[in-house]
Amino acid sequence: MSGDVHPHDPWSRALFKQFKAAGVSLFSYIPDAGNARLVELADADNEMRTVLLTTEEEGVSLAAGADLVGQKAVLMMQSSGVGNCPNFLSFVKGGGFPILMMVSMRGDYGEQNPWQYPMGEAVEPILEAMGVLIFKVERADELEGAANAAINAAFRGGKAAALVLSQKFLGAKAF
Amino acid sequence: MTEVTLNRVGALPQIFPNPDDYLFVTGLAGPARDAAALTSDGANMFTMAGCMGAATSMGLGMALGAPDRNVVVIAGDGEMMMNIGSLATVATQAPKNLTVVCVDNGGHGETGGQDGHTSARTNLAKVAEGFGFEKVLTVSSEAGLKDAAEFVAAGDGPRFLWLRVMAGEPTKFKRNLNPMECRVRFKNAFQAA
Repeated sequence: MSGDVHPHDPWSRALFKQFKAAGVSLFSYIPDAGNARLVELADADNEMRTVLLTTEEEGVSLAAGADLVGQKAVLMMQSSGVGNCPNFLSFVKGGGFPILMMVSMRGDYGEQNPWQYPMGEAVEPILEAMGVLIFKVERADELEGAANAAINAAFRGGKAAALVLSQKFLGAKAF
Repeated sequence: MTEVTLNRVGALPQIFPNPDDYLFVTGLAGPARDAAALTSDGANMFTMAGCMGAATSMGLGMALGAPDRNVVVIAGDGEMMMNIGSLATVATQAPKNLTVVCVDNGGHGETGGQDGHTSARTNLAKVAEGFGFEKVLTVSSEAGLKDAAEFVAAGDGPRFLWLRVMAGEPTKFKRNLNPMECRVRFKNAFQAA
């Protein structure tokens, strides 16, 4: 697709700018179509560091470690990865570590793969059980406000905050 | 593999004679107690008593965020196995200022001493090498502690020190288990430094 604009390019650029303006310098991730462009943008920026994880929970403790030395991180994953995080989210309730997450949804609006539904449906209950605030995006005009709210909840409020990008916003993958 | 004759109590102070020079993060259980005794539960150390498997990636976050400080992860073999992939993440990032020390007693001391994978066939030095660590040292005797001290002080990381110790009680030390207090203490001390 060289020469073509990535389908997620416009909003990824806008969101990257917001993360950067908030002082985020570490972008940890498990690759997903929903975060691919954002990771490319972070990779291309000399002031940013991208960290490929082996499991999403690593990104929770990576963010906690960064906080201990005064740095800010964002953890990006697909919805299935939320199921790998709860135990490490103990950092939030127990220690007040600010954790900012970006979750690109599968298993919701328009999903065609039956394997994605169980975790897609469990994302919000799991996040709520571990005290993570949810900022959901269903329309493009909701992104900036939701991202600001999540950034402020994490880095000013000392909370865990998840920016949840729905399939209504991202578009569902065809099978 | 070589017979293990090393007593864990007193080992870390010989490897890190100047603990104030480092930022430490530890996993849970025995290695956290050994480490807390090393710094007298100092403000340059964040110890855990839960979140098994989190220590290595937490140390990576510290090392990437504070590239001018030397960061040391101290974790047990159970902790290491639970999130073994985090060693791949470290190797890929290759932070020069990170050392991972696995205090391996071959089992789960905290829960009754049940055998772990390293008592069977798992060789953590080969695992670390396989993930891409170029600097790996195995020490399993008192005589090797001098080599360990030189290893952690020489050149650039990342390094993996496999400290194989005999089964037995960890260092007796009571540490602060309140994560909020320990976080604030660490952050304040780091900012003041």
